[in-house]
Amino acid sequence: MQKKTAYSFPDEVLEHVCSFIQSDKDRNSVSMVCKSWYEVERWCRRKVFVGNCYAISPRMVIRRFPEIRSIELKGKPHFADFNLVPDGWGGYVLPWIVEMAEAYPWLEEIRLKRMVVTDESLELVAKSFKNLEVLVLFSCEGFSTDGLAAIAGSCKNLRELDLRDSEVDDLSGHWLNHFPETYTSLVSLNISCLGSDEVSFSALECLVGRCPNLRSLLLNREVPLDKISNILRRAPQLVEFGTGIYAAELHPDVFSNLAGAFSSCKELRSLSGFWDAVPAYIPAIYSVCSGLTSLNLSYATIQNPDLTKLVSHCPSLQRLLVLDYIEDNGLEALASSCKGLQELRVFPSDPFGAEPNVSLTERGLVAVSLGCPKLQSVLYFCRQMSNAALVTIAQNRPNLTRFRLCIIDPKMADYQTLKPLDVGFGAIVEHCKDLRRLSLSGLLTDRVFEFIGRYAKKLEMLSLAFAGETDMGLHHVLSGCESLQKLEIMDCPFGDKALLENAAKLETMRSLWMSSCLVSLGACKTLGQKMPRLNVEVIDEKGPPDSRPESHPVAKLYIYRSVAGPRFDMPPFVWTMNEDSV
Amino acid sequence: MEGGLVLLGGGNGGGGGSSGVSTTESAVLSKVEVVSEACSYPAETELELGLGLSLGGGGGGSTGKTKAANSSWGECGRILTAKDFPSVVSQRTNNGGPSSVTVSGTKRAAESVSHDSGSPTGVSQVVGWPPIRAYRMNSLVNQAKAQRGDEGDSGIGEKDKPKDALKKKLIYNGKQTSSATVNEKGYLGFVKVNMDGIPIGRKVDLNAHSSYESLAQALEDMFLRSANSLEKEPLTMASKLLDGSSEFVLTYEDKEGDWMLVGDVPWRMFVRSVRRLRIMRTSEANGLAPRFNESNDTQRSKPI
Repeated sequence: MQKKTAYSFPDEVLEHVCSFIQSDKDRNSVSMVCKSWYEVERWCRRKVFVGNCYAISPRMVIRRFPEIRSIELKGKPHFADFNLVPDGWGGYVLPWIVEMAEAYPWLEEIRLKRMVVTDESLELVAKSFKNLEVLVLFSCEGFSTDGLAAIAGSCKNLRELDLRDSEVDDLSGHWLNHFPETYTSLVSLNISCLGSDEVSFSALECLVGRCPNLRSLLLNREVPLDKISNILRRAPQLVEFGTGIYAAELHPDVFSNLAGAFSSCKELRSLSGFWDAVPAYIPAIYSVCSGLTSLNLSYATIQNPDLTKLVSHCPSLQRLLVLDYIEDNGLEALASSCKGLQELRVFPSDPFGAEPNVSLTERGLVAVSLGCPKLQSVLYFCRQMSNAALVTIAQNRPNLTRFRLCIIDPKMADYQTLKPLDVGFGAIVEHCKDLRRLSLSGLLTDRVFEFIGRYAKKLEMLSLAFAGETDMGLHHVLSGCESLQKLEIMDCPFGDKALLENAAKLETMRSLWMSSCLVSLGACKTLGQKMPRLNVEVIDEKGPPDSRPESHPVAKLYIYRSVAGPRFDMPPFVWTMNEDSV
Repeated sequence: MEGGLVLLGGGNGGGGGSSGVSTTESAVLSKVEVVSEACSYPAETELELGLGLSLGGGGGGSTGKTKAANSSWGECGRILTAKDFPSVVSQRTNNGGPSSVTVSGTKRAAESVSHDSGSPTGVSQVVGWPPIRAYRMNSLVNQAKAQRGDEGDSGIGEKDKPKDALKKKLIYNGKQTSSATVNEKGYLGFVKVNMDGIPIGRKVDLNAHSSYESLAQALEDMFLRSANSLEKEPLTMASKLLDGSSEFVLTYEDKEGDWMLVGDVPWRMFVRSVRRLRIMRTSEANGLAPRFNESNDTQRSKPI
């Protein structure tokens, strides 16, 4: 008995200590120390993150964590962003809302990504969670402005409403009117995804005017340029602002109004929007440029020299999203003026053109890697690359944590030596020891995967297309990448062998996506039957895979670990390979 | 005749095992040996644990295999090579020998794509590539439209464009063909489809179809076949949407925001002006199509 009190804390003490532990990983570790710690921890966990909504059932989450205040759920696989996942695949949030409505009446935060959210779900949210403060619908779909009206009307404590990249059915712009006159708590509003007729300006202005804590406002494209000044003047405390369409006939009045409005926003640090921007109105933002840490010009059609000039006005930039109109010259200028740059994304302005329309090559990226010592995160679309450039980038920037390179034409070799880009990407994984996310492109043999398996020990997410030659490639990745969580593959010649030999590895990962590869139906069945904790799903829109021989490769394959068993809501074009259902 | 897979260029010769590197002028074709394996590969019935991989096969000497593989290729997939991306290669070595086995990513999304859709242009036909989100693609198309002076979603519309937009127009004029290709045949063919009574809409790729019949068939499959538990109403579309014999009709919203009956204009014109689709109950479709009447046995000749 003496021993017990000497070595154990009272629960309250442990609970208090736990309250300082926010990271999920640490919380999980705490819960595994012993049974009593498990118990204490589960009662005081307030936040839960479910990376795959089918990996666990809502009931199981509720059973273990009865006092959750904040939940984050993700649904469809990442490749759904590129139209590889057919509509109707799944990812419905309603079953979760139904269960949580009963179990978590005090829920404060709901964050959803790539899920199907219906108006019914939103209405239930509005009815059930009176304390809701944060609703984030990231890349979601299935709802309309009616659902938003329900939220606006009921959620008195709402601080943050973020609809980024979601597909919303436009029924009426008057949903904003459903925020009662007494409602003043808005801090962050992102409606950049809404189409036409979905926002009433007067309601918006009113709302903005009565919410003194509004820090972040991202408007949708349909808000015309001349309306921005009114809104900015009502919210000079804004830290983050997204314009609507940034084009109009040049009127000196409109311009000076706009410039004045921007200059009154002394706290502004982040700008976005700028759809179809015209150079004439760009100088209106010059007054805030010196303080900007984040700039998203990826929808702006301005080109050099205006574009480079703008970027050079922003020495404090940490994050830049831009179209390839910036060209190599612009990136060189960026490298010399923005020494604090951490994240760069360069998108293609004409991805389907047969010839390059801009002069953007590997040179620009090399320049930025050399000039920006804090650069960590890169997404770069270009049309040519060389091993030499990649090696240089790797040596310049060993602190890279995210590196996504998309050479637009598949299987492009090193344009100088005509060799595959194995060595270049090999250098990236070898030098960048903290690399967590990597997307490959260009001509790649199995060799690059050898490098990845050997060096990329912290890699969590890998995206491949048109790469590799044999199953050895896949085997290197599955057997070597210790931290791998998500692997997504399209059009690679990987088949059964590597998959079956590394079946156990799949249980340590969140998910594996393979489309247009060479995995046979037979192998899928084997995997599904032998691995009960994996859901092996074959997606085939042409008909039951059983109608073809077992050696036939499946069209699309999605494998994920789950403690909830095969799902119940599969559409007709998804087949489970698990034992009961086969 | 050269053995099996096309060995391109000098240097590497018959590089033994699996990782022959092709260094050549074209530099884009790469050997894909395992492709031939998959077709003749016996289905695994046991899990092989451990690392005893012997994947040396499929290398140089697979002449016969490749030929065989080629013939069974109809069923198996192909891996894309430069041939599918004519834009990439400056000089392609066409040995005339058996081409490397290739996957048609172009046909992946909808095998029903008829060949009169035209041959692939650049990368526009491959679903999922390049990896750009639909939302961003939409913006690109809108920008291209605006710069070519089309009406539509850009919002700049009728007013005079500033000089710079004009300059961009010049750049785009040089690319006019390719931009037009994007609009007509390019990646961006997805439009939303909603059906009365079903809360969740779907999307259909217009580029996968070249006729109204094909589209209607796809829609019928989509909505008729789906036994989704979230649907509230049973589907009773026993017959086709286009000939008036179903209890539903297919309608669309055009660029001007008007709702029209599908099928009245030539297909290409339809594709260019359609914004979204709706499968509407026949009873609600009054006033939409002057030619629609209650007579069920009137068969209409389908417009081309």
